[in-house]
Amino acid sequence: MMAKKDFELTWKEIPIGAIIHEPGNAAEYCTGDWRSQRPVLDRAKCVKCGICFSFCPEPCIVKDGEGYYVADLYYCKGCGICARECPKDAITMVQEEH
Amino acid sequence: MARRVGAEGSFAVAEAVRLADVDVVAAYPITPQTHIVERLSEMVASGELDANYIYVESEHSAISACLGAAAVGARTFTSTAGQGLELMHEVLYLTSSMRLPVVMAVADRALSGPLNVWGDHSDAMAVRDTGWIQYVAENAQEAHDLTLCAFRIGEDPQVLFPVMVHMDGFHVSHVVEPYFMFEKGELGDFLPPPKYPYPLDPNRPVTMGAFAPPAVYAECRKAQDTAIKETYGTIVKVWEEFGRRFGRQYKPVETYKTEDADTILVAIGSFNQMASVAVDNLRAGGRKVGLVRIRLWRPFPVQAFREAVQAAKNVIVFERSMTYGGTTGPVCTEVKSALYGTLHQPRVMNFIGGLGGRDMSPRQFEAMFDRAREIAEKNLEIGYETIGVRG
Repeated sequence: MMAKKDFELTWKEIPIGAIIHEPGNAAEYCTGDWRSQRPVLDRAKCVKCGICFSFCPEPCIVKDGEGYYVADLYYCKGCGICARECPKDAITMVQEEH
Repeated sequence: MARRVGAEGSFAVAEAVRLADVDVVAAYPITPQTHIVERLSEMVASGELDANYIYVESEHSAISACLGAAAVGARTFTSTAGQGLELMHEVLYLTSSMRLPVVMAVADRALSGPLNVWGDHSDAMAVRDTGWIQYVAENAQEAHDLTLCAFRIGEDPQVLFPVMVHMDGFHVSHVVEPYFMFEKGELGDFLPPPKYPYPLDPNRPVTMGAFAPPAVYAECRKAQDTAIKETYGTIVKVWEEFGRRFGRQYKPVETYKTEDADTILVAIGSFNQMASVAVDNLRAGGRKVGLVRIRLWRPFPVQAFREAVQAAKNVIVFERSMTYGGTTGPVCTEVKSALYGTLHQPRVMNFIGGLGGRDMSPRQFEAMFDRAREIAEKNLEIGYETIGVRG
């Protein structure tokens, strides 16, 4: 309901009970610009265990073509849980400069 | 055929819930509602009612459990009163905005402090704007009938709103009176099994109760207010069908001897029965007085109400709660708002009484008509006046 078209929806288009029929569509909402720090992965240290993927409170860590887990920076708010939980210290939180 | 029984209004509600064959009851006992859920608990324990009875630690949990049950499509009932209704408050808004047809009976009671468990409309008025369909039963028969209707109305695909059935604490909940109790099977297809169109289902996942940022929250609000107003036609249709099938007719606004009345008393709840005695007494003395009973409180039946009082010069609003620091009591505020801007502007006067279980006699209602005549003749300005308050 609120993701990509929220500025376009009229009140007549609100589903009954404001139910969201596409669960997970919050990922289409740009929360990346809330971030003050971004997670940066050191692929030399990463063992592709997926613990960061499991701990991410939002589904914004995805597996890339090589099997590494990387954050979707459009959606990632930069909470830092992945960096905290990584058993290999492969993720570093880097200050955003913009 | 329906059996005529003598029982408390509470049991009339519990029997209606049994007949509705609910799936889930989650409730917490509180006076004067306790007998409703106590009886339901007995029914579930004895097997008379095949339902899950969730024993919860508070009313906040009760309504939250009901919300969850309704979200998976279960027919769901709860009941509370007074402080319990207040403890439910925040979840009441969630239930209505998520459009979940929970049915709740409220044995209306005063709010603390000082602590008072007796009948009063303070609790009902405090939840006025929570988005539930709300209507009023004035006796055990109405409590029985209108609880049954609540499931049918709330679950109608054109409605999908929770429904609150109000009844005066003690005066309806605890008074033993005769009423016609439906037998199982007699209802026919009046109340089909529940079929919520968007239940939580792993095979068809949806998200309920998510957030809405400023860009879309206002649209959600307008959609909800429009939707509850549009339930009016279905409420009337269901009550008409009930009347055709079972012989007892309910209307959003009901009138008594108003045809030629110059002064009309407006009230909500069981005290209307006392007011009707006063109308009879005054009519016997030649006074042209009548009574308008508001049955449907939300959505407020603006048009039907205007039509009911359109011929009167004076409108007296009697009510059982206060709006501290406000202009009048909440019912009178609604009445004035409904009449403001119409061509016909009767003088509207407000009397507040029956607070915290204080009884009202027909004589006191007659005195209201006398006082209203005096106010009109002397062209007095009043906010409201209290009835039967010493000093």
